[in-house]
Amino acid sequence: MQLTNRKKVIEQKPMTFAERIYFPAIVKGLRITLRHFFKKIPTIKYPEEIRPYSKNFRGQHSLKRDEEGRERCTACGLCALSCPAEAITMTAAERKKGEEHLYREEKYASVYEINMLRCIFCGLCEEACPKEAIYLDGPHVTADYLRKDFIYGKDKLVEPTFDITKLKS
Amino acid sequence: MEWSFVIEKLILVFIIFVVTLLIAMYSTLAERKIAGFMQDRYGPDRAGLFGILQPLCDGGKFFFKEEIIPAGAHKALFILGPTIAIITACISSAVIPWGQELQIGDRTISLQVADVNVGILYMFGVIALGVYGIMLGGWASNNKFSLMGAIRAASQSISYEIAMGLSIIALLMVTQSLSLKEIVAQQSGFVNWNIWAQPLGFIIFMVCAFAECNRVPFDLPECETELVGGYHTEYSSMKLGLYMFSEYINMFVSSALMASLYFGGYNFPFMNDLGLSANMITILGVVVFFIKILLFIFFFMWVRWTLPRFRYDQLMNLGWKMLIPLAIANIVLTGVFTLIKDTYFS
Ligand code: SF4
Ligand code: SF4
Repeated sequence: MQLTNRKKVIEQKPMTFAERIYFPAIVKGLRITLRHFFKKIPTIKYPEEIRPYSKNFRGQHSLKRDEEGRERCTACGLCALSCPAEAITMTAAERKKGEEHLYREEKYASVYEINMLRCIFCGLCEEACPKEAIYLDGPHVTADYLRKDFIYGKDKLVEPTFDITKLKS
Repeated sequence: MEWSFVIEKLILVFIIFVVTLLIAMYSTLAERKIAGFMQDRYGPDRAGLFGILQPLCDGGKFFFKEEIIPAGAHKALFILGPTIAIITACISSAVIPWGQELQIGDRTISLQVADVNVGILYMFGVIALGVYGIMLGGWASNNKFSLMGAIRAASQSISYEIAMGLSIIALLMVTQSLSLKEIVAQQSGFVNWNIWAQPLGFIIFMVCAFAECNRVPFDLPECETELVGGYHTEYSSMKLGLYMFSEYINMFVSSALMASLYFGGYNFPFMNDLGLSANMITILGVVVFFIKILLFIFFFMWVRWTLPRFRYDQLMNLGWKMLIPLAIANIVLTGVFTLIKDTYFS
């Protein structure tokens, strides 16, 4: 019984003369490849040319600073908790006297690491964060040779300090 | 023989040698570029502008690779294999007329290294020798896959040489000469090109040239993709490079041969009606000849990136059951036409 109409009976006909001398088929093939020869090439030459990203492209994470240049993260661990890939680990520390210009909250992350090999760029950490401290707004995570080099610490994640007074001048 | 003659020839040989090597070098790049374009991508373009330096990098890489000679290999023959391949490839271009005479002062310089009066036979002899390079290399490797590849190559070359020879016989009946210089000189202008007299012969010849150069769709001796490589499985480093290089040189030489046998060599349309000086015509002729050769090389590559490979039985069927009978029929037809022409129209 036939359940679908996708069945195709293949008949093996002997080749016709035109098929046997190959030439018509060869000419046809040559025409196809020649057409491709003059086609526009869709390749994007990556390092020189970067293709436009969508506005909500999720790339490498960055840990944000507030308008005074202090780190926003308070090491609450909600991002790590929400992460389905368990890519985030952190160590919390208490802010000391005289460090108010470095950290916004009394508690901060002294170590904050994301394992980029585990991360699936789902963006749940970004959603979970109550302090708006983490965003996936960076570029691609680049290739590297060793696994350990994919564990990004604060040196790679925290935004560079941004001096607003210099921008105005 | 005067000294100036020897020096003149030596310079010519040197120039041709350099040009041959250059073209072979850049064929490797062109091959990959063309493959790229035909598959909607760029091909190598990182080394220098448009990848101009790619062949140099490849060559350099070949030299720095480790040189491996298998323990069971026959050392002398193992080295002799690629040597023969490259030498035969290089010397086969000796009889090709690259252009007409050049007048410098009161000297006439012929742009052909050796005007052998049996030029075509010389070509065939040398090309037939080329298969020894492959055969020796495959046998000396002491590897059954290499040996099988070499046997494939040898039987393919021998089968297609027959059809090639037969297609040439028909051509010789038209030209009445074995000297390449003579044959090219007869084809002056455009209507005298041998392709018009011998279209079938040309097609047979071209198919056989593909087979002799081990190019797709007849690249069974190599089969990079599925059959362990073939005769050069055990080769590494520059010895492998020489094999590949000789393949590209062979392609260049057979393009030159096809251009000069069937497409008028250095002749181009209206060459004698433009009122140019003799030297100018010669130089233009050389340029035209090289354009023709490059077009043929392009065609070789174009076919390579279009067709899949034949199965071995298909290859033999095509050679023995199609091309040879066709070539014989071509000879008969040519004979009949020549007879009719000579009796009724002369
Ligand atoms: S993007 Fe998703 S997977 Fe990556 S760290 Fe954030 S929550 Fe984890
Ligand atoms: S990034 Fe946000 S969610 Fe994660 S620990 Fe810091 S403050 Fe909490």
